[in-house]
Amino acid sequence: MRLKSIVPGALLITIVLVAALLSYVWTPFDVATLDIRNKLQTPNQVNWLGTDHLGRDILSMLMVGARTSIAVALVAVGIGMGVGVPLGLIAAAKQSGWADELIMRGNDLVFAFPALLIAIMITAVFGAGAVNAIIAIGIFNIPVFARLTRGAALSLWTREFVLAARVAGKSGFRISVEHLLPNITNLLIVQGTIQFSLGILAEAGLSYVGLGAQPPIPSWGRMLADSQTLITLAPHLALFPGLAIVCTVLGLNLLGDGLRDWLDPRLRRER
Amino acid sequence: MKQHLWVPVLLLTAGLAGNALAAKTDLTIGMQLEPPNLDPTGGAAAAIDEVVYANIFEGLTRFGPDGSVRPALAASWSIENDGTRYVFSLQSGVTFHDGAAFSSEDVKFSIDRAMAEDSTNAQKGLFANIDSVEVIDDNTVAINLKQADGSLLFNLAWGDAIVLDSATAANTATQPVGTGPFVFDKWVQGDRIEIVKNDSYWGTPAKLDKATFKFISEPTAAYAAILAGDLDAFPNYPAPENLAQLDADPRYSVVLGSTEGETILSTNNAKAPFDDVRVRKALAHAINRGEIIDGAMFGYGTPIGTHFAPHNPAYVDLVSNSAYDPDMAKALLKEAGHEAGLTVSLKLPPPAYARRGGEIIAAQLRDVGITAEIENLEWAQWLEQVFKGKDFNLTIVSHTEPMDIGIYANPDYYFQYDNAEIQTLMEAFGVETDPDKRTEMLQQAQRMISDDYVNGYLFQLAKTGVANSKIQGLWENSPTQANDLTAVYWED
Repeated sequence: MRLKSIVPGALLITIVLVAALLSYVWTPFDVATLDIRNKLQTPNQVNWLGTDHLGRDILSMLMVGARTSIAVALVAVGIGMGVGVPLGLIAAAKQSGWADELIMRGNDLVFAFPALLIAIMITAVFGAGAVNAIIAIGIFNIPVFARLTRGAALSLWTREFVLAARVAGKSGFRISVEHLLPNITNLLIVQGTIQFSLGILAEAGLSYVGLGAQPPIPSWGRMLADSQTLITLAPHLALFPGLAIVCTVLGLNLLGDGLRDWLDPRLRRER
Repeated sequence: MKQHLWVPVLLLTAGLAGNALAAKTDLTIGMQLEPPNLDPTGGAAAAIDEVVYANIFEGLTRFGPDGSVRPALAASWSIENDGTRYVFSLQSGVTFHDGAAFSSEDVKFSIDRAMAEDSTNAQKGLFANIDSVEVIDDNTVAINLKQADGSLLFNLAWGDAIVLDSATAANTATQPVGTGPFVFDKWVQGDRIEIVKNDSYWGTPAKLDKATFKFISEPTAAYAAILAGDLDAFPNYPAPENLAQLDADPRYSVVLGSTEGETILSTNNAKAPFDDVRVRKALAHAINRGEIIDGAMFGYGTPIGTHFAPHNPAYVDLVSNSAYDPDMAKALLKEAGHEAGLTVSLKLPPPAYARRGGEIIAAQLRDVGITAEIENLEWAQWLEQVFKGKDFNLTIVSHTEPMDIGIYANPDYYFQYDNAEIQTLMEAFGVETDPDKRTEMLQQAQRMISDDYVNGYLFQLAKTGVANSKIQGLWENSPTQANDLTAVYWED
């Protein structure tokens, strides 16, 4: 029954994904149109989740905001994997060589800073915005994947099938791509899910301090920041974006846990 | 034995009740920004004056709560030589907080220091017309002007023109020594500044024994601090959305007053596309002020059509000159060759009027085909990029200095409006002494900048003061940047 967490996790993520995709073709209201006379409405039949301080429909903003969150987190994880995995494979192939040292010490350097601090540093230097947020979150994903890949690949290098491949005359590059990579894909998928949820949180954090996507692009973090002084007047302004973040992160973590249990061969054998 | 137990309890209760009934003599005031230093002669930050003006420091003249110029260290004055020489007779028996005697030498020292070549005074222009300061005797000082000037007494009332003692002036930034009714006590950086009553004050003594300025930048925290009773008053309360709730609570009074803060959509006049008056006119007509005041300020604010405070008698109502008319805006943009649309930058500093106002303005501009790319900046970045670097198309900011229409005569000012006509006019205004003619000139200047659509004129910032309902004597309006506590007391 270890698979139990996959279902609710996948369900939550599906809802968020569908909402985000749907927002490309339809939202209840246009998020760029302000209707100030209609501001701070509590949830009702017209605006299902109410309106914000500028009269925008909160449900529509959450849907478009999901798009921002997912896009930023997805591309950031892509950067982390795209750069981190090859670096990890190289480090493992050249173990204890200067390339290994260089890559791993570089990783330590990036790792030494708290993730959000790096992101703030990058956006402070290059300016706020969704693209810089993606780069910032992507950069602190690189060492995560590089370390994971190196560790897993190192243990595989000593295995018989790798030795066989070496005897057959395959180059380090071909062994890495043809034999190691397929064997660590499961690990990468699980780690990717976890990093994805951290990316969502980081994006919300950056927008909360004003360094993420700039208005008028809706973003969950900025919705929370905007609702701050209004919390006694209109608590639903903070409640819904907060719930959206919680559900997405919870969903991704459940999915990640479930996938790990499902994909891990050792656990599978126990079943 | 039971009886014995009751006695101390009763005594204690009586004691507590007695304390509660006696009026409080200390006050904790909330401010959003902490001053960078405490020297009003060496910094432009409004927060400096909000702590020290009239409390710690005094000048020859001062502003009253209604904005009128009143005598302070100068008891009286006479104007000689066709308005080019002012002779001040000073208050007697005045001492600085460290015990040093105040005399006309201190006045000369302070004005000479502000005028000096190497002076760091933020408002050097106030002293530009002063030729020399002449000590006649210990209690009399004369100021000789280059040209007759009707605004000298007004200029001397600014916080930038306060009188310092030559022995202590250098340490004013951290150890301010003045002549005012309060003495600087201590500054806990990042938290608060405490001042205590000056027992040897020359004039009417303060009613409070102690006052604390507490710095709370976050509007939500300010609201919580008021509700918790940690703050007795917040004279420039930062979150207009909470005012209705506070007003409904009998423990607090909300006082709405006027400020000198013209909130404008500041426009870079030297940079395309807003170097074209047609595009600026389109911009002005694309803005719906009502929506901005309602959406960003929850209704607190008065629409303006030029850079002048509506409560000033010389104000001309020019709002209709730039009335909301999106069709006209579109037509003007077409005429200027921007039919296909226009993309500009809109850089916003942190206050709610800018951040929320910016989102509303961006939406309004989108309706006429202008894409405003919003960039939210912190104050330091804003000062660097916009105010100093002039790297912007549009920004939103409130100009809180009193009577600051003179900035339009300075082509180097950050919005870079260069018009010889207004420069000549303001120069003539500087030396005009006839009040009627001065008013007329101010009105002419207001019309000039309104007709030239120099900036988008949005609204006059309201002073939204929140205080415990038992506090009396706080300023209702903000004729200058100050929290004058000299007349503040707790009602029994």
